[in-house]
Amino acid sequence: MNSNNQNMETAIHTHSDMHRDDTASKLGMWLFIFTEILLFGGLFIVYSVYRYMNPVAFHLAHEELSITMGLINTIILLISSATVAMSITAIQKGDKRLSLYMVGATILLALVFLINKYFEWGSKFEHGMYPGSDLMDMLSNGDMLFFSLYFFMTGLHGVHIIVGMVLLAVSWFKIKKDAVRSDKYALLENSGLYWHLVDLIWIFLFPLFYLIH
Amino acid sequence: MSKENNHISSYKDHLLVLALLITLTVITVAITSIELNAFNTAAAMLIASCKAAIVLLYFMHLRFDQKIFLIMAFLVIALLVVVIGITFIDYLYR
Repeated sequence: MNSNNQNMETAIHTHSDMHRDDTASKLGMWLFIFTEILLFGGLFIVYSVYRYMNPVAFHLAHEELSITMGLINTIILLISSATVAMSITAIQKGDKRLSLYMVGATILLALVFLINKYFEWGSKFEHGMYPGSDLMDMLSNGDMLFFSLYFFMTGLHGVHIIVGMVLLAVSWFKIKKDAVRSDKYALLENSGLYWHLVDLIWIFLFPLFYLIH
Repeated sequence: MSKENNHISSYKDHLLVLALLITLTVITVAITSIELNAFNTAAAMLIASCKAAIVLLYFMHLRFDQKIFLIMAFLVIALLVVVIGITFIDYLYR
């Protein structure tokens, strides 16, 4: 009788857990990340082919970008990737306070990245360089391709930064309300995976646009 | 989480990975600032790929998760590499 009761309890316990499958949820996140990799992969191919066809224009146009600005933003994103990874370690160890600090730090770093981007794009806009401007229309084909791809790819990456910030903000509130905790942190883990993807894309954008010549 | 996934990366490991990634970034900037012609691009892309691998394996935890995630990520990246390869064979020899 006693063991029967225990079995029932186990069954009920298992049942309440069956609504949750962290591995499947992570698998779903990875499948989404694969589509993102292919999306940006396609854009990298477009960039490489146009670069191959317009080597001189791309070389001269890339000198308009500030390597220092790009380097600072790269380091900001790398640090933010480490802080979000540490927030997951903290939640696994049950350290809610540190996890909140680390997610908060990641969101702040993301904001700093966007502010840098604002100044970077802003200085281009001031010189009349933005998609659809008169200056853009007067550029040679190669220059126009470089700057159009620059604005499109860094812009799309910027949109991903904003989405990542929203996911991290939701995670922050869920950690605060103990909806994300040491035995249930799939949301934070998946937001972290998304954030690392944003970093991963930038790892290739930075050398492609700012460095190689 | 599930029983197969009980590896917790330490704070120290994350900081070491971060230091390595920043070092590689600085090396890329240094290499591309000197004139090496075609090697510039090759070196920059090689280092970027190493950085991407480090992020995937350590920050994104692929090294410690169930192997299926690593296998799938490998297949997707292999697909992308093949597509890039074929595109360039086409453009170089047309």
